[in-house]
Amino acid sequence: MAVDLRTTYLGIPLRNPLAVAACPPLTGELDVLERLEQAGASMAVMPSLFEEQIVHEERAIADLYEYQTESFAESLSHFPEYPDYHTGPDEYLQQIEQAKQTISIPIVGSLNGASHGGWVRYAKAIEGAGADALELNIYFVPTDSMMSAADVERRYVDLVSEVRQSVSIPLAVKIGPNFTSLPHFAQALVAAGANGLVLFNRYLEADIDLDTLDIKPDLILSNRHEARVPLRWISILRDQLSASLGATSGVHRAQGAIKLLLAGADVTMVASVLLMKGPEFLATLLADLEAWLEEKEYDSIEQMKGSMSRGNCPDPSALERANYMKALRNYTTQHSFPT
Amino acid sequence: MNSATFVTVDGNEAAARVAHMTNEVIAIYPITPASPMGEFADAWSARERKNLFGVVPDVIEMQSEAGAAGAVHGALQAGALSTTFTASQGLLLMIPNMYKIAGELTPTVFHISARSLATHALSIFGDHSDVMAVRQAGWAMLASGSVQEVHDLAMISQAATLKSRVPFVHFFDGFRTSHEVNKIAQLSDDDIVALTDYELIHEHRERAMNPDRPVLRGSAQNPDVFFQAREAANPFYLALPDIVRETMQRFGDLTGRHYGLFDYVGAKDADRVIVMMGSGTGAAEEAIERLNGGGEKLGLVKVRLYRPFDVAAFLDAIPATVESIAVLDRTKEPGAIGEPLYQDVVTALAEDDRFSRMPRVIGGRYGLSSKEFTPAMVARIFEELKAEQPKRHFTIGIVDDVTNLSLKWDPEFSTEPDDVMRAVFYGLGSDGTVGASKNSVKIIGENTDQFAQGYFVYDSKKSGSVTVSHLRFSPRPINSTYLIERANFVACHQFSFLSRIDMLKVAEPGATFLLNSPYGPEEVWDRLPREVQQQIIEKQLKFYVVDAYRVAREAEMGSRINTIMQTCFFSLANLLPGDQAIEQIKAAIKKTYGTRGESVLRRNYAAVDGALSALDEVAVPDSATSTRQREALVASNGSDFVGRVTSMLVAGLGDLLPVSAMPVDGTFPTGTARIEKRSIAQEIPIWDSEICIQCGLCALVCPHAAIRSKAYPAASLNGAPDGFQTQRWKGKELVDHVATIQVAPDDCTGCGVCVDVCPAKSKEVVKHKAINMEPKLSHLEQERANFDYFLSLPEVDRTQAKIDTVKGSQLLEPLFEFSGACSGCGETPYLKLMSQLFGDRAMIGNATGCSSIYGGNLPTTPWCQDSEGRGPTWNNSLFEDTAEFGLGLRLAIDQKRDFAEHLLRQVAGTVGDDLVAELIEAPLDGEAEIATQRERIAMLRTRLADSDHPDAKKLSAIADVLVNRSVWIVGGDGWAYDIGFGGLDHILTTGRDVNILVLDTGVYSNTGGQMSKATPRAAVAKFAAAGKPARKKDLGMLAVSYGNVYVAQVAMGANPNQTLKAFREAESYPGPSLILAYSHCIAHGINMETSMTHQKDVVQTGFWPLFRYDPREAQTGKQPFHLDSRKPVKPFKDLAMAEARFAMLARTNPDHAEYLFGLAQRDIDDRWHYYEQMAGVEREILEEVIEVEV
Repeated sequence: MAVDLRTTYLGIPLRNPLAVAACPPLTGELDVLERLEQAGASMAVMPSLFEEQIVHEERAIADLYEYQTESFAESLSHFPEYPDYHTGPDEYLQQIEQAKQTISIPIVGSLNGASHGGWVRYAKAIEGAGADALELNIYFVPTDSMMSAADVERRYVDLVSEVRQSVSIPLAVKIGPNFTSLPHFAQALVAAGANGLVLFNRYLEADIDLDTLDIKPDLILSNRHEARVPLRWISILRDQLSASLGATSGVHRAQGAIKLLLAGADVTMVASVLLMKGPEFLATLLADLEAWLEEKEYDSIEQMKGSMSRGNCPDPSALERANYMKALRNYTTQHSFPT
Repeated sequence: MNSATFVTVDGNEAAARVAHMTNEVIAIYPITPASPMGEFADAWSARERKNLFGVVPDVIEMQSEAGAAGAVHGALQAGALSTTFTASQGLLLMIPNMYKIAGELTPTVFHISARSLATHALSIFGDHSDVMAVRQAGWAMLASGSVQEVHDLAMISQAATLKSRVPFVHFFDGFRTSHEVNKIAQLSDDDIVALTDYELIHEHRERAMNPDRPVLRGSAQNPDVFFQAREAANPFYLALPDIVRETMQRFGDLTGRHYGLFDYVGAKDADRVIVMMGSGTGAAEEAIERLNGGGEKLGLVKVRLYRPFDVAAFLDAIPATVESIAVLDRTKEPGAIGEPLYQDVVTALAEDDRFSRMPRVIGGRYGLSSKEFTPAMVARIFEELKAEQPKRHFTIGIVDDVTNLSLKWDPEFSTEPDDVMRAVFYGLGSDGTVGASKNSVKIIGENTDQFAQGYFVYDSKKSGSVTVSHLRFSPRPINSTYLIERANFVACHQFSFLSRIDMLKVAEPGATFLLNSPYGPEEVWDRLPREVQQQIIEKQLKFYVVDAYRVAREAEMGSRINTIMQTCFFSLANLLPGDQAIEQIKAAIKKTYGTRGESVLRRNYAAVDGALSALDEVAVPDSATSTRQREALVASNGSDFVGRVTSMLVAGLGDLLPVSAMPVDGTFPTGTARIEKRSIAQEIPIWDSEICIQCGLCALVCPHAAIRSKAYPAASLNGAPDGFQTQRWKGKELVDHVATIQVAPDDCTGCGVCVDVCPAKSKEVVKHKAINMEPKLSHLEQERANFDYFLSLPEVDRTQAKIDTVKGSQLLEPLFEFSGACSGCGETPYLKLMSQLFGDRAMIGNATGCSSIYGGNLPTTPWCQDSEGRGPTWNNSLFEDTAEFGLGLRLAIDQKRDFAEHLLRQVAGTVGDDLVAELIEAPLDGEAEIATQRERIAMLRTRLADSDHPDAKKLSAIADVLVNRSVWIVGGDGWAYDIGFGGLDHILTTGRDVNILVLDTGVYSNTGGQMSKATPRAAVAKFAAAGKPARKKDLGMLAVSYGNVYVAQVAMGANPNQTLKAFREAESYPGPSLILAYSHCIAHGINMETSMTHQKDVVQTGFWPLFRYDPREAQTGKQPFHLDSRKPVKPFKDLAMAEARFAMLARTNPDHAEYLFGLAQRDIDDRWHYYEQMAGVEREILEEVIEVEV
């Protein structure tokens, strides 16, 4: 008998726990979305709508249009005037609408706001475009030494609360791992109205160009070891939160997804591995997942989800202790220094 | 009679609406001030607005006005309704076709924004020189004097041309009417349909060329019949006045607006009458109304139908009581008995005997090049008509102290009524003042019963320019066709203007003065110049301040303070109730910026909301206490001319200069930009000698020659100001030299390009470079002293510097400096480089366009001289003929050289055979040889001076030519690819030694970004709103195909060494050379600060490959084509999305953009493939091809 792969995330039933994370080359392209659905993806998170980028582009175009206009008699303007052009989220919302019309798996809109008004406005627009759920991709890097941890957390919580009040579709919040007391903070987010958390956001740290001494943006794809961080925190949070948990970062093989599910994830999200191996690799992941479950004689995903959460695992202290000394010792006994 | 819909538009839009509605084929070409008509027509067709036939007119841009006229002629012959719009030189280029169109009795209307013709100088401003130059072409001519009339007479012309078959020139005054915004009653579509006789259109189509009923037109005729045939059309001209009259009658019945062939206003029993046409009639009518109110008996005949001139109708318009008539012409016809309208009036009176006593007729010229024409001048003309011995021919509006023709008028005479709100706004070009002022006119015009008028005066500079907006609001239609001289509201949008401009001169007593001030109501008084304080006190002005920049910052509006100042204006002027004003301003913002996105709207709304709370009234003290004075705008250079003339122009007082002050032939001294201390930058580059690596890039790319590099003997460093920086010269040449990089703080525009390209970064703080933008005010005093001292240091010895390197070339003194070009201009660095390398022997023929404006628009010129008094000599002939003009320079030089050599041989016995041989034969390939030749010429002159040889004087006069002249033909792509291409192509074949520099921005930059054949595929431009569908012309390869032309394609920001090499090779090549220089432009929609580094992407995508083709290589059987850039490493789309000209298409029409971007990529791939093959091609060009016998 086949294993029941179904799971539920944000209250939305999914056909399996393998979803695709927000990623422009994957979920931002309609034809790729179709391929992902065919390969077995259970849900797709659209690329993030970045309010900051929208505002920047709107203003940049307005500024370029107005630069040096009405100042010299012969050239009062420099471009043709258009009755309409798209600066805002039109294209993005159109993508959601088209995706909903084309494929049948749930579509999650993703939003990165920059202003309070922006979060609410665009959240409503995404809901209006037909998204099944909304993921708030809160990407905030505090740089001001006067801003306390509490200030940062309050900012997140207020924002979730505001958006919650403005939309009725399920709400997921995608955060980074760097919070002093993640369980407490996670509870606050859920209390503010989040239906689920997505762990974790991958901050795209910039690099330094040694030739030009410039800071350069540089995307590095995740590796499978990165799944260890969500593994720890999902395991810790699972027993304390009633909300859904989505795992992302480092899911490159079925084994990785399985570990996260065991820890308590309701869904695991992939992206990097599909960028490297193509959308169809999702079918391989799914087959491997199913094979493992069959081999281990699980009946369903629901059966194994959270079975190794902090509360359910045999040695929960292993999740907590500062065990790197042992890990390091193990490493050096297995690997010799280069000579 | 229909009830009218009122709209607030300018004259160009008023004409274009009728033209677009009533025509099928519209051929256009940009020229100021007519360009907007073509732009409107093009934009409307791009949006698929239909004409009255239900189809979208086909709007096509041609390569010149001559081309446009030809296309219209063809379209008319094939039975379409067709039109065009033009002005000035453009109209002249249409003349040959105009004769044809009239000769074939073809109905059409050309709408003309009448503009001066280029004579001693170009002028973009308005007068009737152009239309008077076509009065003999057989066209009917109808003159409009206001925006409403433009709209109405455009329609009347259209209806009358169809009925009469005679083509019409419908004209109105450039700028004064074409650019004046006014509230007018708009013709509805039904009105236009009602005035259009479809039967006449059918007849036009029936007459068209059609192979189903073939005819021959355009035959060649012989003496036997040509004359008779020419007379055969007479009945059509005889019938025309009645046709126009009937059409006007029908128009009046329909709209309630009545016009006559000649409209008379004033006293029915007038003893004195003025006859004139165009916008000046507005000022004249106001004066007559006022003077007649005082008991005078005066009148005005407004000439509407100027050709054919209906004598009877004209005389009918003049009261029988008239004793004297002044005829005013807005043109000049040197040598004529009088100007054209004057002659027509005199002839008309002479041909009729209805006057028992012939009125005395005098003729005057007024308003040339938009010179102001005011009611006060009209009053003075009527005074003159009363005189016993009036001047038979006079001028008004100037002081003619040479031929004493001018009339002196009383500037105190004013007809401005008290119930008219008159507001004057002084703004910075970039702060949006004009745009907001136009919106204010629209708000009042379209939302209240009030009438509104806006007229805008612009600067001659493209960067840091001052705009002055003149707005009137009145309960009656406004026909005041002159600038406001008595304002009851004055706004100063830039605090610094107070130190430079006497803006309160126009404020009438009790007026309101609004100042954008960083200082609050308590502090501002002490910051004002004393003169301003005195005016505020004496005129009892109500004085308000607002810190608009703070409000703008808070609203994230940057430097756009327009809506803030506008809100304050509405509040203080009380034109609308407070809430309603705010509501209407926001509605106008939504209309103007609605498509720009919500965030743009929000920040504008925030600015409006923040404005009033920042507005404060200033308590005005009883006495002026300030110790600040207005600043001098001009630094003296010791020249008498500059002191008498240039300084007045710079101070904005050119109107006061008398005729005697002006050169008689348009000749001006060079080197004058340096005296104009505009000081417009907020930040300037400051050098850090500890970090500098002396690469020279900062000086190379500076568009304004405001950052300079100099190497000089360390021993010459005496008396330097404290803080003057130096470092050891790092080159092996110039031993014991030190170097300085120095900013000219008052001449820098603050573009930041130099800092962007600077490669030297601090080891400790990487963001700190060898030059850094820093607040000007913190460094001004120090850098002024430094720059003055820097100028006093000796220039480098040109024979010693390694000028084949960027670093070395930048030690050469720029002879092109401080132009009025845009901040960050992409063209001027090339001109500066050329001036450094060859300026001391350069002769420049410059095409009309940006480079002729920043190069030759008064008050000053950036072309300058070295310490020996040598420097580029410059002339702008026309737009279309620059290549030919430049060739003419070369031909003259070659002739003079030939003659000089001939004379040298004659005097050899006197001055010495050896000297003559050296003068003729010595190579002149480098700076050292040139310097030696100059010494030889000096020696020759010395010997000639002592000689009594009959040829000595002749030779001495032309001996300079023995130093080889460097002839440069300079222009933009509009000239080279389009209007001037025929000439350019021709001179490439002549083999003559000319250097052609094409500053390729890919659009007509000067007229506002219209498409040229250099516009790349997929770019949006005016006249190509849907993206240019066709590939850019490969001008370089066309030139290469001749074989004997040196051709280079360069991009300074991508490869400065290649640019330098190309300039030197081109100049040294003894035949025609063509340099295509990639010139970024604000019309590309890029960040101008990073524009030079952006050129790297331009090259790396293959969008602009770099190459050099040198025929000298071909003469020795080598591969002459050098591909200097690497194979493209980035896709075109990466570049496209970084430039608004491409990215806009992706936002307006993503599918079409995708399609065109794909084609553009294929263009790039194909061209690269082609060039790669070219790079492997061996050619063998015969050397004698490039040798020219002179």
